[in-house]
Amino acid sequence: MGEVAVLGAGMHPWGKWGRNFVEYGVAAARAALTDAGLDWRDIGSVVGADTVRGGYPGYVAGATFAKALGWQGARVTNVYAACASGAQAVDAARAQILSGLADVVLVVGADAAPKGFFRPAGGDRPDDPDWLRFRVLGATNPVYFGLYARRRMAVHGDTAEDFAQVKVKNAAMGALNPNARYRERVTAEEVAASAVVADPLRLLDICATSDGGAALVLSSLEFARRHGHADPVRIRAVSTVTPRYPNTVLDLPDIATDSAVAVDPPAETFRVSIARAAYEEAGVGPEDLSLAEVYDLSTALELQWYEDLGLCGEGEGAKLLRDGATALGGRIPVNASGGLASFGEAVPAQAIAQVCELAWQLRGEAGDRQVAGARVGISANQGLFGHGSAVIAVR
Amino acid sequence: MSCTRTPVVAGWFAGEGDGFRLLGTRCAACASVFFPREDHHCRNPACGGGELAEFPLSRRGRVWSYTDSRYRPPSPYVSDPELSWEPCTLIAVELEAERIVVLGQAAPGVTVEDLTVGMEAEVVPGMLHEDAETTWTTWHWRPTGVEA
Repeated sequence: MGEVAVLGAGMHPWGKWGRNFVEYGVAAARAALTDAGLDWRDIGSVVGADTVRGGYPGYVAGATFAKALGWQGARVTNVYAACASGAQAVDAARAQILSGLADVVLVVGADAAPKGFFRPAGGDRPDDPDWLRFRVLGATNPVYFGLYARRRMAVHGDTAEDFAQVKVKNAAMGALNPNARYRERVTAEEVAASAVVADPLRLLDICATSDGGAALVLSSLEFARRHGHADPVRIRAVSTVTPRYPNTVLDLPDIATDSAVAVDPPAETFRVSIARAAYEEAGVGPEDLSLAEVYDLSTALELQWYEDLGLCGEGEGAKLLRDGATALGGRIPVNASGGLASFGEAVPAQAIAQVCELAWQLRGEAGDRQVAGARVGISANQGLFGHGSAVIAVR
Repeated sequence: MSCTRTPVVAGWFAGEGDGFRLLGTRCAACASVFFPREDHHCRNPACGGGELAEFPLSRRGRVWSYTDSRYRPPSPYVSDPELSWEPCTLIAVELEAERIVVLGQAAPGVTVEDLTVGMEAEVVPGMLHEDAETTWTTWHWRPTGVEA
């Protein structure tokens, strides 16, 4: 598989700004274009990760951003894959570049998150699994995070203190990131003193919902050379796999797993397969990584990602954390950006933001949170309904 | 005033007392079991597709995991905003025979303190909420060792 160049990365800082998502997306796009040294009118294609309101992509993001930046005739594409929307947008841009449909593509995602729990669209919709889990069970997203966390405690012996230490680590790195929403260090005592949301997880174990925007300018390697980028960060793999039947790990928004009574479960779980597909495509393995950006919707889920990415063996996630391997200066820093713990989730922007962080780290431009000598980075995430997402970038 | 008892979702469970069961479906060709029920297509990618017949699931299984909701869930969950929110316990139960994990609310009075992963639980009929005309019914998981 060919590579594409990352010419520019940009963000609008995460927060709860209370403005229209278009503002955040346009600010991020302009920052990415400036970073790339390109004019918006040089862009041949724009891919939007859709902002969803009321259960459908009411703003159809790609064209909304193109209009706000000033119509200039670029090809437009929109993607929606829940939390994995950003990786799908990167993948769509890459496909256009590698097929020769476009030389240079702007990828944008932005959100203005509502207050409180994410909730399904209104109306009476018993054919929608996402509506049903709220109607029948009151099962919010933190309920699923709580189930995973308790399962880890029972199976692997993780403790609430382990979970708290993930927050402590990520908050320390987020404090160094000017784009993060939460920029204060947090202590384990503060985590333990926060309210329980979904036993055993507390408020500071669970990521918030945020406003924010992120954008990338991607191009062919040939275009990059022509425009003076001799040694750009390159995207070497984008994994967008779905699960294999039977999927035996309870997944949002489902009320039950697949049954394994007729067919044995695959040897690897869905999350493991997301990473494996990316490693295979990139021709690298976990031992080659300099850093990882993972979707820490909860502290406990970050530990699960360590194992699913192969950073350690099954059940050894908490030990890897306690050993300091995933902190800045450790063997494999995870969420040097501060992660969702420091950003909060702005759904269509988040997977793009992960790649922005990889780009800055691989260029050596990550300031106080720089991972020394970073050469290979992976981002990983999972979108509701069975959307795998992982990106491997190299320099 | 007499209330009509109506399942919160039609066709997912039936029966009273010890006869209460979750209702899935089973493929006549490959024997795959589905809950929530699949009535149109078998989802096993290796199966050519067989008749899907209603299939009552085992009553008992083992707790796969559990948690609770300490905050009031948003709509379409129905709760009385006049009353303070009482934490609701949720249990995921693995049914050995069907090799499936099914999530459900715990029977009233069961808290996370009563639960451990691996303990036995059984499905029992439950009430989700009531309005003027209707009692909306559901399934609950209850640990077999706990009197709620």
